[in-house]
Amino acid sequence: MTHTQKRIIINDIVMALSTLSALIGMGFLFWILSVLIINGIDALSMSIFLNEGAPPGNSDGGLKHALIGQLYLVGYASFFGIPLGVLAGTYLSEYSQKSKVAEIIRDISDIMMSAPSIVIGAFVYAVVVAPFGHFSGWAGTIALSIIMLPIILRTTDDMLQLVPSTLREAAFALGAPKYKVIVQVVYRGAKAGILTGILLGVARVAGETAPLLFTSFNDNFLNTDMSQPMASLTVTMYNYATSPYEDWQKLGWAAAFILSMFILTLNILGRVFLLKKRGKR
Amino acid sequence: MATIIEINKEKALEVKNFEFTYAGADTPSVKKLSMPVAKHNITALIGPSGCGKTTLLRSFNRMHDLYPNNKYSGEIIFKDRNILTSKEDLIKLRIQIGMIFQKPTAFPMSIFDNVAYGLKLQGIKNRTELSTRVEKALKDAAIWNEVKDRLKHDANGLSGGQQQRLCIARAVAVEPEVLLFDEPTSALDPISTAGIEELIVELRERVSIIIVTHNMQQAARVSDYTGFMYLGELVELGRTEEIFVTPKERLTEEYITGKFG
Ligand SMILES: Nc1ncnc2c1ncn2[C@@H]1O[C@H](COP(=O)(O)OP(=O)(O)OP(=O)(O)O)[C@@H](O)[C@H]1O
Ligand SMILES: [Mg+2]
Repeated sequence: MTHTQKRIIINDIVMALSTLSALIGMGFLFWILSVLIINGIDALSMSIFLNEGAPPGNSDGGLKHALIGQLYLVGYASFFGIPLGVLAGTYLSEYSQKSKVAEIIRDISDIMMSAPSIVIGAFVYAVVVAPFGHFSGWAGTIALSIIMLPIILRTTDDMLQLVPSTLREAAFALGAPKYKVIVQVVYRGAKAGILTGILLGVARVAGETAPLLFTSFNDNFLNTDMSQPMASLTVTMYNYATSPYEDWQKLGWAAAFILSMFILTLNILGRVFLLKKRGKR
Repeated sequence: MATIIEINKEKALEVKNFEFTYAGADTPSVKKLSMPVAKHNITALIGPSGCGKTTLLRSFNRMHDLYPNNKYSGEIIFKDRNILTSKEDLIKLRIQIGMIFQKPTAFPMSIFDNVAYGLKLQGIKNRTELSTRVEKALKDAAIWNEVKDRLKHDANGLSGGQQQRLCIARAVAVEPEVLLFDEPTSALDPISTAGIEELIVELRERVSIIIVTHNMQQAARVSDYTGFMYLGELVELGRTEEIFVTPKERLTEEYITGKFG
């Protein structure tokens, strides 16, 4: 066997193995999605969006409380997490560059990103829930913001650093002060990337359950008071899906379906922004 | 040592004993350099790679100040003052001394907004004034006819040569007194290069120009004065024809005849 023949064979084997692995991965993905879609769509109905939770056996229970609670939690978390993350990322990339402090912040963010979210939930439980004596929407918001922060911070940092320094220099060379260079030129150049980071960050926290169990906990009825326990799709789904009641399980499927579609949309949007940006270059 | 021509005309800039050391470097990249820059003329800087041309050029608009810990000494006189002092207003300085980079640096915004950028920075908000000045700058940069129908389009959709002319339009829009060009055509094809060269020659009527180039024919074609730099020093500065025909320094002669570099 010649050298070339050997290489071709090895190439074929590696190709076959990687194709197979990809197919297995895709297989599971589509299995999960199809089970979710079949059960989810079956459980969907108008009353789900209009009614609050009801005791089991009561056929008109809905998810309104969880949907609105989820919006409050994720909305407030984004309200705090996005600006903080973008500003902190800007500080790292534009103001501190390669300083020691910047490197430490980057390392800490990386660690925080891979920290199990339940740990962050436990932390917020200790510093917010325990001192106040009860679960609350604010506590959930804080936990979600903390989870979101490093994701947005690091993507912003990375995306800003991808903007060529000559672009900054060109703006400075026209007599632009630093904040204008950043806001008017650098942000524009990194817009798609930063937006993707934001969407991925929001998508990530939208699917969190563990930290909410420790913080906002749950409520079977509609509550918009952030200082009180608050329902979320994830925790509601967990409660309903693990309950022995069939109608609750059905609501659990509906919650899972709605949540997955929401997160899927965010992720796809994020990809689209990135692709659009690449397409332009 | 060095042969530096006396310039009896008005000077746009005058470098005196300028020395520049990058942060962390132990030897200076520009050494005790002195040179005049004649007003409304084109001065070319040539020399082998790494001889300090870019370093010198970026000192005229204090670009080096964007990065920490660079050290410099000496004087650069512009409008009767030394611009190397700490009280120099860098924003005003950079409006008066513009710069064109090696690679086109179109901002990620529309063609119009690119050219209007410097004007807006100066507080010009009036739409009609902006439009007239943008149009004038684009005409000055010989790109108006190509872009007049798509001013609202993204500037990144232009070709490299067009982008470079857009950058020149952006720089001339704010009516600077000096324009610095750092190898402005090295990323362009021959036709775009010829266009830019023509443009630079025309601009001389309004601005004083310093151009760094690796292309000796380019220096010979466009410039009035040529300075030859070597290892951080200015070896010779003279009228361009003299530098290329009868250089006074042996090093200059060796460089322009292609013996090294
Ligand atoms: N940011 C920097 N930090 C440290 N040293 C630098 C830096 N930039 C340039 N130098 C050094 O300074 C010297 C002069 O560099 P400069 O870029 O001015 O040369 P140049 O004449 O423009 O060369 P080229 O023709 O290749 O553009 C070189 O030895 C280079 O290695
Ligand atoms: Mg250079």
